Amino acid sequence: MADEEKKSEQEIETVKQAIEGKEAKPERIEEEQYIYKQVKSIVFSVLSPKMIKKMASAKIVTPELYDKEGYPVDGGLMDIRLGVIDPGLRCKTCGSKLKECIGHFGYIELARPIIHIKFVNILHTILKCTCRECGRILIPDNKIAKTRELLDQVEKESGVEERRLKVKEIISSLKTTNKCPNCKAKQKKLSLEKPTTFIEDDKRLSPIEVRARLEKIPDSDCDIFGLKVPYVRPEWMVLTVLPIPPVTMRPSITLESGERSEDDLTHKMGDIVRINQRLFENINAGAPEIIVEDLWDLLQYHVTTFFDNNIAQLPPARHRSGQPLKTLTERIKSKEGRIRHNLAGKRTNFSARTVISPDPMLELFEVGVPFVIANKLTVPERVNEWNAQYLKKFVENGPEKYPGANYIIRPDGKKKKITDETKEASIEELQPGYIVERHLMDGDIAIFNRQPSLHRMSMMCHRIKVLPGKTLRLNPAVCTPYNADFDGDEMNLHIPQTEEARAEAEILMEVQTQLISLRYGLSIIGCTQDAISGNYLLTKHSEMKREYAIDLLAAVGLTDFSKLPRKANVNGKEIFSVLLPDDFYFEGHSRLCDRSKDKCDKETHVVIEDGKLISGVMDRNSLGEESGLMLRSIHQKYGKDYSIDLLGKIFRLGIEYLLRAGFTSALSDTDMPESAKSKIRDDLDNARKEVDQLIVQFKEGKLYAFPGKTTQETLELKILEVLNKARNETGKTVAQFADKRTHTMIMAESGARGNLLNLAQMAACVGQQAMRGKRIEKGFEGRTLSHFKKGDFGSEAHGFIANGFKTGLTPAEFFFGSMTGRDSLMDTALRTPKSGYLYRRLANAMQDLKVEYDNTVRDASSKIIQFEYGEDGVDVSKSENGIINVKRIIHSA
Amino acid sequence: MADIISEYEDRLPQKIIEDVKKNLQKGASDTKLRRIMEAVYEEYKNAKVHSGESVGLISAESIGEPGTQMTLNTFHFAGVAEMNVTLGLPRIIEILDGRKELENTMMEIYLKKHYATGKRIEELRQLALQIKETKLKDIATEFTINIADFTIEVKLDKEKMKEIELTLGKAMDAVSKQLKGYNIKDNKDSIILKSRSKEETFNETYKTKEKIKDIKIKGIKGISQVLPVKREEEFIIITAGSNLAEVLQLEEVDAYRTTTNNIFEIEQVLGIEAARQSIINEIFKVIESQGLNVDVRHIMLVADTMCVSGTLKGITRYGVVSEKSSVLARASFETPIKHIINAALVGEVDNLNSVVENVMINQPVPIGTGLPSLTVKVPQQKGKEK
Repeated sequence: MADEEKKSEQEIETVKQAIEGKEAKPERIEEEQYIYKQVKSIVFSVLSPKMIKKMASAKIVTPELYDKEGYPVDGGLMDIRLGVIDPGLRCKTCGSKLKECIGHFGYIELARPIIHIKFVNILHTILKCTCRECGRILIPDNKIAKTRELLDQVEKESGVEERRLKVKEIISSLKTTNKCPNCKAKQKKLSLEKPTTFIEDDKRLSPIEVRARLEKIPDSDCDIFGLKVPYVRPEWMVLTVLPIPPVTMRPSITLESGERSEDDLTHKMGDIVRINQRLFENINAGAPEIIVEDLWDLLQYHVTTFFDNNIAQLPPARHRSGQPLKTLTERIKSKEGRIRHNLAGKRTNFSARTVISPDPMLELFEVGVPFVIANKLTVPERVNEWNAQYLKKFVENGPEKYPGANYIIRPDGKKKKITDETKEASIEELQPGYIVERHLMDGDIAIFNRQPSLHRMSMMCHRIKVLPGKTLRLNPAVCTPYNADFDGDEMNLHIPQTEEARAEAEILMEVQTQLISLRYGLSIIGCTQDAISGNYLLTKHSEMKREYAIDLLAAVGLTDFSKLPRKANVNGKEIFSVLLPDDFYFEGHSRLCDRSKDKCDKETHVVIEDGKLISGVMDRNSLGEESGLMLRSIHQKYGKDYSIDLLGKIFRLGIEYLLRAGFTSALSDTDMPESAKSKIRDDLDNARKEVDQLIVQFKEGKLYAFPGKTTQETLELKILEVLNKARNETGKTVAQFADKRTHTMIMAESGARGNLLNLAQMAACVGQQAMRGKRIEKGFEGRTLSHFKKGDFGSEAHGFIANGFKTGLTPAEFFFGSMTGRDSLMDTALRTPKSGYLYRRLANAMQDLKVEYDNTVRDASSKIIQFEYGEDGVDVSKSENGIINVKRIIHSA
Repeated sequence: MADIISEYEDRLPQKIIEDVKKNLQKGASDTKLRRIMEAVYEEYKNAKVHSGESVGLISAESIGEPGTQMTLNTFHFAGVAEMNVTLGLPRIIEILDGRKELENTMMEIYLKKHYATGKRIEELRQLALQIKETKLKDIATEFTINIADFTIEVKLDKEKMKEIELTLGKAMDAVSKQLKGYNIKDNKDSIILKSRSKEETFNETYKTKEKIKDIKIKGIKGISQVLPVKREEEFIIITAGSNLAEVLQLEEVDAYRTTTNNIFEIEQVLGIEAARQSIINEIFKVIESQGLNVDVRHIMLVADTMCVSGTLKGITRYGVVSEKSSVLARASFETPIKHIINAALVGEVDNLNSVVENVMINQPVPIGTGLPSLTVKVPQQKGKEK
C-alpha cells in the first residue's frame, strides 16, 4: 500500500499542477494513455490512527448526506472532498470530474475506543500472554531467546497463526504461579465473551483499559507474537479513529422517481456517525454511565457490522426491507466478491456473442462473422502517410456502410464518433497520427471462445471471414477442442486491439498451433462424423471416372491434378493419395485390423508409401480426433500449417464424396433376417430359462455360494452373468447378420458415429439395466414394480430389457430404462460442481509453476519443484503420445 | 556399436536409448547408427519444453478437464461384497486432498517367490487368514454378564476358530495381554473374565464387555478382508484395510512390491519419495481405468507439488495453497480476509512474483511471453529532466 500511496500522492500532485495551469494540457492526456510506472511490491500493514488521519481529506461529523437542494453536506458522508459521483461536480480535493477522481478517504473521530472485530482473537492472545500491570510478556527474560528460536521454527513450518497458538501454549505451560516474572504482579483470569467483550475475573474490561494495556507492551515483546512493529502496534487494533471509504466505492443510485438510493456501506456509516455523535453529546453533557455504556455498545455493534455483517453471535444489520446489509467483508469475500469477481476476473470491450452454426467450407482457422457484428466491432488502425488514402475510404463509408469506420481518435486521445454529419469534417481532419477504428474485415484476428473454458484450446485465435447471416460460423472439425455442438450453443468473439495482443494471439493461440493436445500429445482436431464415413467409403472400394474424380477434387479446393493417374477410371485410394505429400510414409492399423500383431496381414492395414495410399482404409484411427495417428505423423513431418491445410482438404473430400455418393440411415438398417431373429429369440429364451433354473436352485438351497458371499449375492452375480452373456450373444448375432453395406454399419465400422452395441440395442435387445453395479432392486417392498410378484428374482422383474428399441419396450422395461437414464443424469449433475472445484484448486495451486531458463520447474518464489520437467524435459505437445517415436526415426533414417 | 550409443548416454534420457536398442535392426552399420542417433537427438532437442512455459497450468488443465468425464460411482471389487474400490472422480479428489482417512483402503500383498508360485490357492488362503484381523467378536457367539458376581462370559465359536487355526489358549493369551486387571478362566466352550479389583460396578463391567468385543485376537490390525487372487503367474493377496508397517514385517511378504493405496501410510513407512511415486501410480490407475488419456508428466508435476515441502500436502487451502509466498495469491483462492489480516499483522510484502497478483493490478504476468524483457541503453538527454 505504501507504494500505491506514493503513486496516488504523485497523482494528486500532477492533478494539482494541472488545476493551477487551469486547462488540461495535451501532455497530460498523453500521460494517461501510457503507464510508465510498474508496481514492484505491495506491503500490507495495519493502519495507525496517525496514518488514518494523514490519508484522510475530510473529517466526517454529521450523519446527514445532502442539504435541501440535494447538494452534498460538508462534513457529511457524501462530502465532495471524498470524491464525486455526480456528473458536473468537481472533487474538492483533487479538482477532477466524475470518473477522473479516484476518491479520497475521510475519517471519524470515535468518542470512545472500539475493538476491531477482525483482530479480536489476536487481542485475546496478546492480553492473555502479557502482564496486566507492566505490559511485559509472561515469559522470564532468560527464556525469551530460546522461545523466540522455537517460535521462529514453528512459524517457518506452519505459519503465523500456529506461532500465536504456540505462544499461548508455552505461556500456559509456564504459568505455575499467577505472577508476572518481571514485576511480580498477580495476573487475573481473562476470557473473551464473543464477539467483542473481554472479561477479567467476572469484571468487564472496557476497550479503554484494553487499549491502555496494549500501549504498555514494549516493541521487543510484540515481536514474539509475530507482530512486526513498524507495520503494526497492538493498540492500533483498538480503533480510536475510523477511516471512511471514498464515495466512489459506494456510489448512490438515482431511481427513476428521482429519489436517491444509498449504498449499504453509506447506510452503515450513517449509523456509526449518528451513534458516535450521540455518544459525544452524552459524554459532554455528563450523562449517567449506563446511558453512555449503552451507546458505546451500540457503537461497537455498528462498527463491528460495518466490517463484517456475518458474525455468529450478532444479529446481522438489515435494511428496512429486512434484507441483510452487504458490508466490507461480504464485499471482498467469495465468488461474487471483489477479489474473485473484479480483480482476478475482468470484463472486456470489443467482444461479441451469438449462436454458432457449422460451415465446412470455411477453413479450420477461420470464423464466420455476421455483418451486424462486423459493423459494430472495430480494429484501430493508425494513420500514416502510406495508408491515409486507404483509411479515408473507411471514414467515407461511415458507420452504416460496410466496410466503414465507427470512430476516429485524435492524437490527444479524444474519441470522435463518425456520423453522416461529421463524416466530411472527419475526412478533412484525418492526418498521420490519428487512429481510425475501422470495421472488421476478412483476415482480421479474433479470439474465439466457448465456456466452460477448461483447456487452453477453449480459446483459440481465428481469422475473421465476414459472412451474411446472423450466426457465428465455424468449421465442424474445430468443435472438438471447444466441445461445441450446434444445438443452440453460443460462443464469444474478442477482437484484440493492440499490435502486441494481435501478435501474441497469432503466434500462440492460432488454431494450427493447437492441433496437438498438450494433454496426451496426439491430434485433438481431426475429421468427425460425415468426414470420416466419406473418406472411409472413398478409400474402401470406390471407383469413378477420372473426370468425376477431378470434379470431386476441385470441389475440395485443389487445382493441381497431376498426381491423379491418367486412366479412364480411378479408384478411391488414388483420389485420396492426391492430397498426400509425395514423400510421406505411414503405416498403421485401421479399426478392422488385428491389433495384436504389429504388422497385420489384413487388407485393411493402412500403408502409405511415397505419398500413395497402397492399402487400407481411412477411418477414425487415422483421421479421427483424439487419435488421428496419420494426422499426427503428417504434423510431425510437415509442420502445423501444412497439416491444418491438409486436414481441411481431407475433411471436405469426405463430405464432398458423401454428397455425391449419397448417405443416409434408415429403419431398415436394423432389419434382421428371419434366421437371425429366431436365433436371438432362442438365445434370450434360453437365458431366461437358465435364470429360472438358478432361482429354483437357490430356492431349494442347492446353490453353492461363492467364497465370502451369501447365496443371495451369488444368485445375483450368476444371473447377471447369464443375462450379460445372452446380450453379448445377441450382439454377436446382429454383427454377424447385419448387412455390412447399410449406412448405419458403415458409420459404426469407420468410427464416424455409434457402435455395434447401439445397433444391437436397436435391432435385438437393449440388455440389463444396472444401477450401482447391481440389477434394479429398488421400488416396492420385495419387488420392483407392483406388476411383479414379491420375491420374484426373474430377469424381467429386475430390469432386463429383452426387447430391442425397434420392436418396442414393454411398459415395465421402459420404466427400468428411464430409471437408469435418470440415474446417469443425476450423476452428471452432481459431478460437474465437484470436478469444477477440483479443477479450481489444481489451477490455483499450480498456476505459478513454470520452466525456468535453467530448465528446472520452479514456483513463484523460485523454489524448485522438478529438476527437469517430467524427468526428461519433453513437452507433451511436441511428443507423440508422450514418447519420442524412435521407431519412426529409425525407419526414415 | 555399443560405444556409439553410449556416447549419447548423457545427452538422451535412458528410455529413449533403450527404445533405440530395442528397435534397431540387427547388423546396422556404424554410419547408419550414428545417423539414427543424431536424428533421435535432434528430435529430442526439438521436443524439449521451452523456458517460461507455464507447465503448472497445463498440468492442472490436463487433469481438471477430463474430470468432467469421470464417473462418481464406487465399484465392488471382483466379487467380494465388502471390498469396495473408490474409482473415478471421488478417488482423484481423495488423492489430491492428501487425506489421511480414505473411503476404502486396500493393499496388494506380493509374496516372496517360493511362497507365491507353484501352489494351490487353498494353501494361500491359510496365509491370507493369518493376516486378516480377527476380533474377539468375530469368533464369539455370545457375550453375557453375570450380574451376581460381575463376570463376563464369552461363548466361542469352535468352528470358526478351527477355520482360522486358533486355539482357545491362544485366544485367551491375546485377551489377557490386552486387558489388564482381569482374571481369565477357561470354561470349555467359553472364557470367563473376572475383575481382580474388589469394587466392581455393573457399569464398569458393561463397559468392559463392550471393550473386549474389539480386542484383536489374531492377524494384523486394520485388515478387515483378505482375498488371494492369481495375477499372471503368481498369487497375491488383496486386502481391504491396510497396515503397511506390520505387513512388511511378515516373513512371507515381498517387501519390494507390496503396496497400499493409502498414500499417507506410504509416506509414514517408506518416506516422501515413495509417496510421490504412489501418488503418480494411483492417479494414473484411475485415469486409465476411466479410459482417458493423460500424460504421466502432468501427474508427476502434481505429485511433485504435493511433495516438495518434504511432507505430503494436499491441494487445499490448508496444504499447498497455504505455502504460497504471495498474500494476494492466497487471498484469491479461499478465505481472503484471513490472509489479508494476517499479512497486515506481520507487515508481509507481496513481491508480485506470481500470476494472479499481476492480473489483479493489470500488469504483465511473469510467465511465458511475459517473462523476457528488453534492456536498452538510453543515451542521456542533457538538461531536459527538471
